[in-house]
Amino acid sequence: MSAPLELRRRWTLAAAATVATAALVTGCTSNTPVPEEDEGTTSSDGGGEAMGGANAESGETVTIGFSAPAADHGWMGAITRAALEEAERYDDVDLRVAEATNDVNLQISQIETFINDGVDAIVLLPFDGAALTEVAIEAMEAGITVVNVDREFSSPFAARTTVLGDNYGMGVSAGTYICEQVGDDPDAVVAEIAGIDSLPLTQDRSQGFEDALADCGLDVDNRVAADFTVQGGQQAAANLLQAAPEIDALWNHDDDQGVGVMAAIEEAGRDEFVMVGGAGSANVMREIQEDDSVLKATVVYPSTQAADGVRLARLIVQGKAMADLVEVEVPRTVQLYAPVVTVDNVEEYLPTAFES
Amino acid sequence: MSEQTPPTLATAGSVPPDPDRPTPVDRGGAPGTAVGPTQPPPSGLRRFLHGAAGRNIGLVIALVLVCVVGFATAGERFASVDNLMTILRFAAVIGVLSIGMTFVITGGGIDLSVGSVLGLASVWASTLATQTMAGDIHWIVMVGTALAVGTVCGLVNGVLIAYGRVVAFIATLAMMVGARGLAEMIANRQTQLVTVDPFLDFFRADLLGISVLVWIFAAVAVAGWVLLNRTTFGRRTLAVGGNPEAARLAGIKVKRHTMYLYAIAGLTAGIAAVMMLARTTAGSSTHGQYYELDAIAAVVVGGTLLAGGRGTIVGTVFGVLIFATLANVFTQNNLSISAQAVARGVIIVAAVLLQQRLAARHRST
Repeated sequence: MSAPLELRRRWTLAAAATVATAALVTGCTSNTPVPEEDEGTTSSDGGGEAMGGANAESGETVTIGFSAPAADHGWMGAITRAALEEAERYDDVDLRVAEATNDVNLQISQIETFINDGVDAIVLLPFDGAALTEVAIEAMEAGITVVNVDREFSSPFAARTTVLGDNYGMGVSAGTYICEQVGDDPDAVVAEIAGIDSLPLTQDRSQGFEDALADCGLDVDNRVAADFTVQGGQQAAANLLQAAPEIDALWNHDDDQGVGVMAAIEEAGRDEFVMVGGAGSANVMREIQEDDSVLKATVVYPSTQAADGVRLARLIVQGKAMADLVEVEVPRTVQLYAPVVTVDNVEEYLPTAFES
Repeated sequence: MSEQTPPTLATAGSVPPDPDRPTPVDRGGAPGTAVGPTQPPPSGLRRFLHGAAGRNIGLVIALVLVCVVGFATAGERFASVDNLMTILRFAAVIGVLSIGMTFVITGGGIDLSVGSVLGLASVWASTLATQTMAGDIHWIVMVGTALAVGTVCGLVNGVLIAYGRVVAFIATLAMMVGARGLAEMIANRQTQLVTVDPFLDFFRADLLGISVLVWIFAAVAVAGWVLLNRTTFGRRTLAVGGNPEAARLAGIKVKRHTMYLYAIAGLTAGIAAVMMLARTTAGSSTHGQYYELDAIAAVVVGGTLLAGGRGTIVGTVFGVLIFATLANVFTQNNLSISAQAVARGVIIVAAVLLQQRLAARHRST
């Protein structure tokens, strides 16, 4: 495998040139908005107050491997972006990003690569929690701190800490809001457009929604599942609107597919109902702010989970704890809250919303 | 596609072959069979270049290039035994699918359903009922279920295409959609954990330091090579792919043979499902998504003619390894999957252009 030095140098050059070109191309063609350079550019010392006091002080360098499903979705893209920005803030974090596909086979081999490389920690948002569990256990056995983000492993031995959004809570928040809006009418027709049904997160969201609605005597009359894409949302919503000529309230699990859902609603010329979004994208929040469509609220599913994962991985490897807790260790599970955003409080959430 | 069809070995003796077209046998990996009358007796170097090694020299160069880039950019991290095993374990699942795909494409067909059939077989083999039975009897029940599901799906494809006269692209497209849907229905769109520990112990183990999954890939590749290059079945496959009408006149039961080819592709999808179950310890209706395209890409880059009539198992294995190594190099260098997709596209086009050049030079010599 050892090539002559001359050849090797040439290949390093060629590879560097390729990478540079690729970077240039991405830089020129990327249509993602440049993130505001507010905290990102400040040195880790300067931005200290935002990062948990003494914990922000530079320590031993921590190499963190990061892997998430393909950024084919606004929320997922924001997850990776936020993790990268978070890592940038620390001069003692070396983040190695393996931008995974939705192919569990490939994602497993990426985690194996991290294990081979002997990274200190792995922050992993698995495409399928169950399928990535064994390789995460292997990493833990190799002494690597695994931080599981968003989609849970099927074994408690697979991660040191798990950062979760509150999927069940999202459903509860959405259901409770709809109860407040139409709850006095026991015959109100409630519809639901779910995400990918095979994912436990979708099942949790739907369960929470059902439970909250049951609390005020409502149930889900029409339910369809899409696939977190604009196209899928459009199709699912178009079918749903055909099936239900009169709706009082609609919850759409995901604001990215919501773009397609809104398109279908406009196409059908429907405006008799209240629509609640999910995840909390910036464009949905702007629409809520304008308050001139059926979209009246959305339920936040924070896109900063992986950034929290990176921060926690650094703390765990450096032997630090969460400064605002009395506890001397980083907790086993951190679950984030799923607030309802309406026209009244949208100002508060818009800055941290993700662009879809 | 059909006007590209080269003459077959069945016609080579009776019909004067077009001198501008190579006969399939001289490059189709069936050594020992007749050489077209226009072929001059090869000299030493020429024999080497036209032999198995020469045919694959471009692939070897491509693989070495990817490895050199990997070594130059990631150094020891790339050139380690652990990393080699990581690449091989990743390549194994798609590799097995690609072997089956080689047969279908060599036989003049295409199978878009293997990825979905993999998903369906993985789900069927990991249902509570199957796993309970496997727990009571033996884990081989799960393997048998996966292989049976795969083979039956392949047979359905084959019957539709050979006897129902449905175009292969459409028949397997229907299977692709249908099998994925059936998998979702069976699994209720949930991930099914494999709880039969002996199954996992067997397939997740290492044999002589190499993962059992990689051994399975090797065994399937060797079996595929023997079947294609050393048996009547293989020669018939080349004949059916090259010119089905001539093959029929030569006494080959073309319909039955075509059906067998799709059954083989289904069987490899079943084997790949078992491997996927072991690798992920779970069955899921999302397993194997887009793998049919990965397999077709590997087969075509390997040098098998998409129009049929020429196929190479060795080339397919190289094609799989090139893409798997590429994926690994990209991971090692923190490069995005999107850039990798672009690189893969470039490689596919480059490989096909190179093949055409080589074929043209081959003709002029």
